[in-house]
Amino acid sequence: MDAKDILGLPKNQLPIPQEKKSRPPKEPQRKPDGISREVYALTGGLAPLMPSIDVSQLKRRPPSDEKITWQWLPFTNSARKDDLQLFHWVRVVNGVPPTGDYAFAKYNKSVDIIKYTDEEYEKYLTDPTWTKEDTDQLFDLCERFDLRFVVIADRFPSSRTVEELKDRYYSVSRALLSARAPPGDIASHPLVKEPYNMSQEVERKRALSMVLSQTKQQERKDAEVVAEAKRITESRMAAKGPEESESPVAANVGPENSQRAAVTGDAVTPSNATLPSAIAASSTLMADNASTLASLRMLRVYLRTYALDQMVQAASASAGLRTIKRVEQTLQELGVNLKPKVPTKAVCAEHLELRKEILTLLNLQKQLQYKEAEGTSFHESPYSETPGTPKRMPRGDQDRPFMPDPLSFGGDRFGKRDQKRKAPARTSEAAQSPSQSKRPRKMKASDI
Amino acid sequence: MSSRKQGDIQPEDGGTGFKRIKITKSSEDPEKKGLSRRLKDAEISLPIVYGTIAFYLGRKASESQSHKWTVYVRGATNEDLGAVIKRVVFQLHPSFNNPTRVVEAPPFELTECGWGEFEIAISLVFHPDVCDKQLDLYHHLKLYPEDESGPQSTKKPVVVESYDEIVFPDSSESFYARVQNHPAVIVPRMSAGFNISASVPPENSNERERGDTKDHPLSQWFLNFSEADELLKLAAARQQVQAHIIKLRRQLSVMDGMPQLSKPASAYE
Repeated sequence: MDAKDILGLPKNQLPIPQEKKSRPPKEPQRKPDGISREVYALTGGLAPLMPSIDVSQLKRRPPSDEKITWQWLPFTNSARKDDLQLFHWVRVVNGVPPTGDYAFAKYNKSVDIIKYTDEEYEKYLTDPTWTKEDTDQLFDLCERFDLRFVVIADRFPSSRTVEELKDRYYSVSRALLSARAPPGDIASHPLVKEPYNMSQEVERKRALSMVLSQTKQQERKDAEVVAEAKRITESRMAAKGPEESESPVAANVGPENSQRAAVTGDAVTPSNATLPSAIAASSTLMADNASTLASLRMLRVYLRTYALDQMVQAASASAGLRTIKRVEQTLQELGVNLKPKVPTKAVCAEHLELRKEILTLLNLQKQLQYKEAEGTSFHESPYSETPGTPKRMPRGDQDRPFMPDPLSFGGDRFGKRDQKRKAPARTSEAAQSPSQSKRPRKMKASDI
Repeated sequence: MSSRKQGDIQPEDGGTGFKRIKITKSSEDPEKKGLSRRLKDAEISLPIVYGTIAFYLGRKASESQSHKWTVYVRGATNEDLGAVIKRVVFQLHPSFNNPTRVVEAPPFELTECGWGEFEIAISLVFHPDVCDKQLDLYHHLKLYPEDESGPQSTKKPVVVESYDEIVFPDSSESFYARVQNHPAVIVPRMSAGFNISASVPPENSNERERGDTKDHPLSQWFLNFSEADELLKLAAARQQVQAHIIKLRRQLSVMDGMPQLSKPASAYE
């Protein structure tokens, strides 16, 4: 019986972990190389945060008869069309330099751009917004820059947005594909299966730029609203729970009531026993008041201020500590004493009413704030896409920083997921702000 | 230890940790007494004012007796409380001689000398037909004024008073009959057929006069508690809040209408 049995692990595991297991107890006692004895003593034998074992030891291979040298040798790159010869350092084993193609040549991928003939263009590809010259140029650039549309848009002589260029390119390719092949064959082709949706892309980028351009304050506000909404739903759930569980057992003394009875120090009399049902039936302030009054009555004598305290407590039992504080703050702002100076019956009643009204007011304020936040986030919502509403044709103004569009709020949120699913790989490209895309980009890997 | 006199106490001491209002339980069952036939919903209340008035002794002040103060329980309109309250027990700080002082008849007051502030427990014991439970009040004796600018005047006392109402939620018939027309007591209006006043003669009027505090030597310092002022203030506050509520409701209803109507955002404001 060992630890493996307890953990239910198989006994015949790989030998490597066992080796590792046996090694650690030995390791710390030996002073690792490269650390002076004094420094090692300072660690007190504790496991250091950084690995103290010499890394090269772990990588050390069994000594072989290979003789390795590094040599400065010429090479050719199959990815290049010219036969430019360059030199580099190569690892030479036993005097034999590596054979085969240049290791990085395989990364030179190029896209197969569909070519069309003049005839095909006349037949399938005419578009009122595009001339043949423009289309030709687009396809040239597409080939030259491997569909890097941001670069293409930058080089394109007439001002077209990235979306417009993409739309043209993909629609032309799609039209050619379907014209050339029998319909059944190309149904699964990605160009046909998931056609480029320009309006969706425009909207997606607008939303994305809005999220990215959100200020910290707005983010905080949104987070607050979400937290508040969560709190409200939780409190609603909590309120719902006891109500449901209490109503069937009306005869039982509710927790509220028993607590109150404990406060007054009196036993629950038969006349009071019917109260919990009233509370359970309707947890309104009225019921609360009634039970408070009943427990007060059992005292046979009490002070008006005490009664008021109890009533205030009962009335604000459902409210949180913060809300109660805010009620008192509001009272002070209104110039009303937190505790009436002349607590007559009428004054106390008025005072209670005032407190209740302030509670109502605060609730309304909260609602309004929530609604406003909901409204604005709805309004500014990055995902407030409106698939149903007719889109104005995006023109050359698409490269300006996207602004919240007052005409397009109130869309359903399902569009968001839909969209994400359709265009999962384009996020990185859209993350570049339009102004950045204007800058000529340095070509790196693609130029090799 | 000659300096340790009755007023020699620790200041700011005493039952500050107590709950303000404590209702003492009585083991006696009130229902066994014939006179405590209860009237349902006959809430009788007794408006009272309790507090202290403290005079600085000025030149006459000694180290242990710098102030002369009076603690009292009076009717809110300075009426005699003797019809309801049988006796009042003032519990002073233990450093006083006989710290438990019982005042058996109105006016319920007690004058002492001392130098320290402390919490005075005031227990009200009622007549047997009123209530068999006693009621405890707590009052913090205040000798020194809030603003400590300049020397304390010997002419102007430090007055702290609290208004409160003692409520008897289910009073007995006999109590009701006895105090029905008493100026110190607020009695509910009974339904038309209800009349029990004839059976009990009113209290001796002479005796009542003696217990009031209308011509009290300190009455000029008594504070004025105006219910009307308080109600006015509350009404104004409520009006303000209600107006605000209406405004918010309107805003909310406007907002509720918005998303469905799909109006332009400018209509939000």
